[in-house]
Amino acid sequence: MALQSLDIARRSATTTPAPGVRQTTEVAKLIDVSTCIGCKACQAACMEWNDIRDEVGINHGVYDNPIDLTAKSWTVMRFAEVEEKGKLEWLIRKDGCMHCADPGCLKACPAPGAIIQYANGIVDFHQENCIGCGYCITGCPFNVPRISQEDSKAYKCSLCSDRVAVGQAPACAKVCPTGAIQFGSKEQMKDYAAKRVVDLKSRGYDKAGLYDPAGVGGTHVMYVLHHADRPELYKSLPSNPGISPLVSLWKGIAKPVATVAMAAVALGSLFHYVMKGPNEVSKELEEELEREEK
Amino acid sequence: MIRNPKDLTRYDAQERANHWLVGICFILLALSGLAFFHPAFYPLTQLFGGGVWARILHPFLGVLMALAFLVMFFRFKSLNVMTPADREWLSRAGEMVSGNDHNMPEQGKYNGGQKAMFWAMALCMLLLFVSGVFLWRAYFNLPVDVVRLGAVVHSAVAAIMIAMIFVHVYAALWVRGTVRAMVYGTVTRAWAKQHHRAWYRQVTGKS
Repeated sequence: MALQSLDIARRSATTTPAPGVRQTTEVAKLIDVSTCIGCKACQAACMEWNDIRDEVGINHGVYDNPIDLTAKSWTVMRFAEVEEKGKLEWLIRKDGCMHCADPGCLKACPAPGAIIQYANGIVDFHQENCIGCGYCITGCPFNVPRISQEDSKAYKCSLCSDRVAVGQAPACAKVCPTGAIQFGSKEQMKDYAAKRVVDLKSRGYDKAGLYDPAGVGGTHVMYVLHHADRPELYKSLPSNPGISPLVSLWKGIAKPVATVAMAAVALGSLFHYVMKGPNEVSKELEEELEREEK
Repeated sequence: MIRNPKDLTRYDAQERANHWLVGICFILLALSGLAFFHPAFYPLTQLFGGGVWARILHPFLGVLMALAFLVMFFRFKSLNVMTPADREWLSRAGEMVSGNDHNMPEQGKYNGGQKAMFWAMALCMLLLFVSGVFLWRAYFNLPVDVVRLGAVVHSAVAAIMIAMIFVHVYAALWVRGTVRAMVYGTVTRAWAKQHHRAWYRQVTGKS
């Protein structure tokens, strides 16, 4: 949720242009997994800035806490223990909304204005317009949105759209003690990532690279991965995410095709009536039966 | 209301009530469902008290319709068994549509088109019910691929069903003297003899 904006790129369930006269720089958050220490300061900052406190849960025997994203926990650290070249690697990924350039949630959403994509690339939920159907979950290739049990609205990371709108970095980026979370223009972040990748390669991670998946048009939350060839190592980060073909069918071509087909049947019926006339009982038969009755 | 004591009873009160319960549910489901399908129809949610209420009510109406349809299905199932005469009728349905029904094969209580519609609707109802459960996030939390498949099936079948109901309603309006069968239960003898001669002979004992 944010103030009224003049920089809206896309608006859910809306077929006409949204207010978009103001053009803003495309932004991105870069999460350098190789320098993350798993301190969860980002999780704490997220709660604090957004002023939301999740239920205190239970320890599941792993570092992940809470164990999954919820309507009140918009980011969680996911810890994976992986053995590479005989050595243990502790891969820690900060999970949350990726702010896709081609957002599946927005495509699936039936409520006008419940999901907004700003010109800067941030995909934001406007809960006041949310009807709680969960189509955003169906559309998301990263399994991010969560429906609140309390108010049946969908919630997820807003990339601190309210902070970014006034020139501040997201709370998680501001608080990260190692600089593993960087924020800036998408171009700057790509340049920064390129330097990190060179550094990682020089340290023996030949497959190090940037995670900015083309299947969703690129994302506005990107990762630097030591093993960019195998994103699944990082607690099931999809290697080639995209909007499911079923969702594209459902919220793409099916809409005009079905609408035209239904209209054609309705209009076809009307025109059949005016061209062929009603199917009435023949006068002859009526008279014949009247005679019989007498 | 008895307009003419010689009129023939086509539907009793229970059958009519059952039919209209399904019909009312269907209209409300189509209006609210279309609203979730295409933004052009979203304003229809206002009929239900807004988007959230439409989302809450739609699945409950669906369950009610499924139950009412199930009763109707068993009520009319045996009357809708396809016979060779029905297939013959269906193969010549074009003549009927073009306005000339004088050479159509003799039909019982239901003609081949009505029977085909009955079975198609039963299949659509089953698919809509099952896929609808997949989408009911308030009570069911199924794997996302199942939900995606459910969404495609639910909307495609719903569009087909809406188109079929247009045909169903139009056929009743087009064939004059039909709507009264579902409103107060009777049809004229002449109507029965013209459109469902085998049924006419069966209920009147005449040729």
